[in-house]
Amino acid sequence: MTTSSHSNYLNHSKGLWSWLSTLDHKRIGLMYLFTTLTFFLVGGIFALLIRLELFTPGQTIMDPNTYNRMFTYHGAIMVFLVIIPAIPGALGNFIMPIMLGAKDVAFPRLNLASYWIYVAGAVFATSALFLKGADTGWTFYTPYSIRTNSTVILVLTGAFIAGFSSILTGLNFIVTIHKLRAPGQSWSRLPLFVWALYATSIVQVLATPVLAITLLLLMMERLLGIGIFDPKLGGDPVLFQHFFWFYSHPAVYIMALPGFGIISEVIPVFSRKPIFGYKAIAYSSFGIALIAFIVWGHHMYVSGQSELANFVFSLLTMAVAVPTGIKVFSWVATMYRGQVRFEAPMLYALGFLELFTVGGLTGVFLATLAVDVHLTATYFVVAHFHYVMVGGTIMALLAGLHYWFPKMSGRMYPEKPAAIAFWFILVGFNVTFFPQFILGAQGMPRRYWGYLPEFTLLNQISTFGSWLLAVGFVYIAIYLWKAMRNGPVATANPWSGLTLEWQTSSPPPHDNFANTPVVTQWPYEYRVEKA
Amino acid sequence: MSNSHADNSHGHGHHPALAHHFNNMEDQFEAAKFGMWLFLVTEVLMFGGLFIGYIVFRGLYPEMFAEAHKVLSVPMGALNTIVLITSSLTMLLGVTSAQRGERTKSVRFLWVTILLAACFLVVKYFEYSHKFHEGLLPGALFHNEHITHPKAPLFFSLYFMMTGLHGFHVVVGMCLIFWIIRRSKRNEFSPEFYTPVELVGFYWHFVDLVWIYLFPLMYLVP
Repeated sequence: MTTSSHSNYLNHSKGLWSWLSTLDHKRIGLMYLFTTLTFFLVGGIFALLIRLELFTPGQTIMDPNTYNRMFTYHGAIMVFLVIIPAIPGALGNFIMPIMLGAKDVAFPRLNLASYWIYVAGAVFATSALFLKGADTGWTFYTPYSIRTNSTVILVLTGAFIAGFSSILTGLNFIVTIHKLRAPGQSWSRLPLFVWALYATSIVQVLATPVLAITLLLLMMERLLGIGIFDPKLGGDPVLFQHFFWFYSHPAVYIMALPGFGIISEVIPVFSRKPIFGYKAIAYSSFGIALIAFIVWGHHMYVSGQSELANFVFSLLTMAVAVPTGIKVFSWVATMYRGQVRFEAPMLYALGFLELFTVGGLTGVFLATLAVDVHLTATYFVVAHFHYVMVGGTIMALLAGLHYWFPKMSGRMYPEKPAAIAFWFILVGFNVTFFPQFILGAQGMPRRYWGYLPEFTLLNQISTFGSWLLAVGFVYIAIYLWKAMRNGPVATANPWSGLTLEWQTSSPPPHDNFANTPVVTQWPYEYRVEKA
Repeated sequence: MSNSHADNSHGHGHHPALAHHFNNMEDQFEAAKFGMWLFLVTEVLMFGGLFIGYIVFRGLYPEMFAEAHKVLSVPMGALNTIVLITSSLTMLLGVTSAQRGERTKSVRFLWVTILLAACFLVVKYFEYSHKFHEGLLPGALFHNEHITHPKAPLFFSLYFMMTGLHGFHVVVGMCLIFWIIRRSKRNEFSPEFYTPVELVGFYWHFVDLVWIYLFPLMYLVP
């Protein structure tokens, strides 16, 4: 990985300790990348086991108690340890300061601290695996989470700690974006990935502390029996749901917004056209971030909320579709009459558009009150959020990973295997999750270990799809690993991009630029070449 | 990275506290202050959860709050309010002295601030032990016979959670002040660089402000 002749961040200093104690945002980004991908593997294995168990209506490979633990681990690990930190922590950390023309983030030591806090949270959360597990689902609903005799408290502590990592990353990014832009890097010239991370950071800073206090109260509930959420002691279990979703709904946008940023970078570069609706895309991220805070009640239509509250939450939830629709429209309009090239980042961006649009539109179904009463807690919901989270965020992560792979490693990934893996993932994903929409509409509840015999065929198709997905991901891991070690050496700007990270060498030097860059233009002035 | 700091701090006439990625001390100071403000916003939201819990339960059981709050000692709460407000003043004087480069004076004010924080905790200790003794405890641990309302344990859950989390912040604040005293004694601060003193000051004023809300809500309002 460090054969490039010039001095860069990879060969700047040597030894394991120089990585573990690094203050370089690029190295911290890589550490986040490897750690989150490791947890993606762990969470993915749980997903495969869940799907395997659901291959038959009765017991296939595990008993119901084990199954409850499997879906809890899958959810908690994927949400708290993968999707939330992956894009900001890995790609954001690595790319965003370079895009600004900065030498580092505003607080490098805090950045390292957030990585290690994340690791500490992960250690707590996963230690439950080796004890009595956790069986509450990732949502920790009371009163069951108070009564269960599993070691859910370890997962709570882990999520509590990991939350601080998220807060500190968000805080660091906001200050960096405000204070460390290179000369000429005005707000109206900021790359859209930076705008998206800014909006994400605001949500991280404002929402995560509420999760912290919620989880702290729940821990106290288990340790001391304080009763705030316990109906037996006069408390209110629905209050827990309010608190939890006040964080966890905005958290959905912590997961989605950075992905939108990646797509906004990839599409203009691979269409050779200026991005359509730059301001609309930038501001709509803030529209989404704002609305994110006032829609949490749509998780609670059947939890005993007042009808008026349900009505208002339903209306507000549908409003999310407006800024999101603006984005999708702008991306499609950017491609229109462009010179579209189908390299891997663009393939994933297109996959993102397909899957995210399905995920987003089914979100409108779920926002609709009368429909949701039928669909609540069915596989329809499972399919919807996997289309948004995997089809949206993970596809965007893969787009970004391929797009910036030459910059991060200094080497090119192989294009053909990347295309093959992409098709495995796109097809595998749809085969896995599309049948779940039908299962949900037919009334199959989520999180159940067994199901009625008439659901067997669709469940088996879904399980088969999960194997295709697994093949795709394993293949990506193999060719990226090989490419990182001895792929062809990448040039500074293999995609002819205009954002600042492409104006420095691949991999970048320790200080990112030989000289502080001066920004003189908007980063999306692409031209379609006349044939 | 330590060696890059060394690269930048020697030979260029830079202030030794200037990190390599900032242009000048002023930018760095502004960034640090901005970061601290954001951190305080997260603190407000974290305490906000508890305040929302307070609002919800007080709305549900106003008569319970009216009954349960009477066991809190207003004189002790008031004393602590005065102690903390005074400590905010001494903190401010400590920061201003540091800004002017008056090191001995600054350290002296910071010590007084720690002392006042300790006073606050001592008073809190007496309040807590009285409640422990009377069985005025959160939730399931509650065992007092004089308060008749069946939901009263919830009041003490909120009381201990809110004052407990605040007390934890006071302890953290004391550690932070102690840390800047030590750095100050090592002569690390000057009118050009006193960022940590200023930021710990921000934090300490926030801790006071939380108490300014807690005191009337818990001890006085119902």
